[in-house]
Amino acid sequence: MADPMRIRVVRNGDIADVKMLIFHPMETGYRTHAATGEIVPKHFIQTLQATHNGSTVLEVEWSRSVSRNPFLHFRLLGAKAGDKIAIAWQDNFGATGGGEATIK
Amino acid sequence: MNPIAQHASLLQRLLLALLILLFGAPLFASPEQDRAAFLAFFSEQFRDVPLQQYVHGSMMLSEDALSQYRSIMDFPPFQGDIDKGRRLWEKPFANGATFADCFDNGGRNVAGRYPYYDEAGDRVVTFEMGLNACLKTNGEAQLDYGDRSTMGVLTAYARTLSDGMAMNIKVDSEGARKKYQAGREFYFRRIGQHNLACASCHYTHAGHYFRDELLSPTIGQPVNYPVFRGGEFLFTLHMRYQRCMEALRAVPFAAGSEEFNNLEYFHSYLNNGLPLKASVYRR
Amino acid sequence: MQATRRKIITFIGAVAGMALAPINLLAAQWNAKAFDETRFADSLKSVGALDLIESGQIQLKTPEIAENGAIVPIQVISEIPNTEKVFVFAEKNPQPLVAIFTFVKNVEPFFATRIKMGESAKVHVVVRADGRHYTTSRDVKVTIGGCGE
Repeated sequence: MADPMRIRVVRNGDIADVKMLIFHPMETGYRTHAATGEIVPKHFIQTLQATHNGSTVLEVEWSRSVSRNPFLHFRLLGAKAGDKIAIAWQDNFGATGGGEATIK
Repeated sequence: MNPIAQHASLLQRLLLALLILLFGAPLFASPEQDRAAFLAFFSEQFRDVPLQQYVHGSMMLSEDALSQYRSIMDFPPFQGDIDKGRRLWEKPFANGATFADCFDNGGRNVAGRYPYYDEAGDRVVTFEMGLNACLKTNGEAQLDYGDRSTMGVLTAYARTLSDGMAMNIKVDSEGARKKYQAGREFYFRRIGQHNLACASCHYTHAGHYFRDELLSPTIGQPVNYPVFRGGEFLFTLHMRYQRCMEALRAVPFAAGSEEFNNLEYFHSYLNNGLPLKASVYRR
Repeated sequence: MQATRRKIITFIGAVAGMALAPINLLAAQWNAKAFDETRFADSLKSVGALDLIESGQIQLKTPEIAENGAIVPIQVISEIPNTEKVFVFAEKNPQPLVAIFTFVKNVEPFFATRIKMGESAKVHVVVRADGRHYTTSRDVKVTIGGCGE
């Protein structure tokens, strides 16, 4: 069962620093199982979308070259207390995940 | 001073310090004298580094490395493992008690007192042994000291409850001194096919490179544990001792072994006064 | 199909209690061809990054020596007006294109993330603004490679 992602938002005036950590293996497809020697199949987040009160603000395309349990930090403008940030991602297996945070 | 004279003087200092420690040992076996000798030696090697920075190991010598450390620690990728540990720590035993009930202060600010010498049992007790003792007292199965997924993650959380606490190890009796001495002897003993001692790298050559690894000084080492190497692989202190022994092509002792307990006792005493921090990033 | 559906349901279940952002648009947006290119020049072409202009207006922050190639922190701030996209490349990775950031609206042309680097190489950043492409790069030394065991 996947852990939910973590989102932290710090607002200074109308600029909000949005930081997140997503629990995902981001397998490159180059690793081999220590015991069996079999290749661990590539498994990584391909697309991620951030919305602000339902409106898309940032689109991200990632690859196998992004680190495991990927981290992302972006800066939102025009942020107000009570605003909603939502994150949605999809990986190469078609699995999806995401999270939400309310700006304080 | 010309470079050769400078180099000779450094060599002389190294030899002197080593001689004092190796041959002076029977003369001054006092742990406090050891600690003073180590501190003096390192402060001479690393003149620009304040003592508090030693907790970062070899990163203390590189702002580039520390910058990466801070960036990763701002939002650690191993947070999930710490949370697993938290769930283990908080989950009540079958009898309703929890780990917090076994320790002073609910387990807050206790880890710096470990390892301690148990007079009655004539043995060194580590924090991990304390966790297992708690399980035993409450009729629960013991955890394997070498198992990352149980003891590892449990300490990854449980030790954070002591973040900021100063290492505070006591060597107060004859029995305790014997265990301290055993740990000290291990530390200085050459082992493995490479025939090196802990001291060879982490005392004599601290701050030098061994292949691509910058060697950390003994002071600063055990205070920030467990570590997550590459942000992913959890190592408790004993697992790290094992890894070092393997690197020297020596058959490693088991995590939780008496040899490692005594080594940790000696190692931790030298680090008295430095602040603990659990679950940190290392390369 | 069943397995995929089960996976999707499991993941949705994992975020129960949090509202889901719309996910229907995501599948179409991944530039598979560009991300599969194995040569740096080809991955540049694949994303249409042509006629690159060297720019001092892109702040690229990377370590000098990566502690571990599996987790290299990188930060980019573009001072170029109307920055629309930023492309990140690690020149010697098996597939050099690492990530693409599209600043849709109301965000600073800024991001920080952590990338894998297989070996010492230049990290290149390309900014697309007003149809033009600006670039800067930094050398990053890697001793412990981060792409595979």
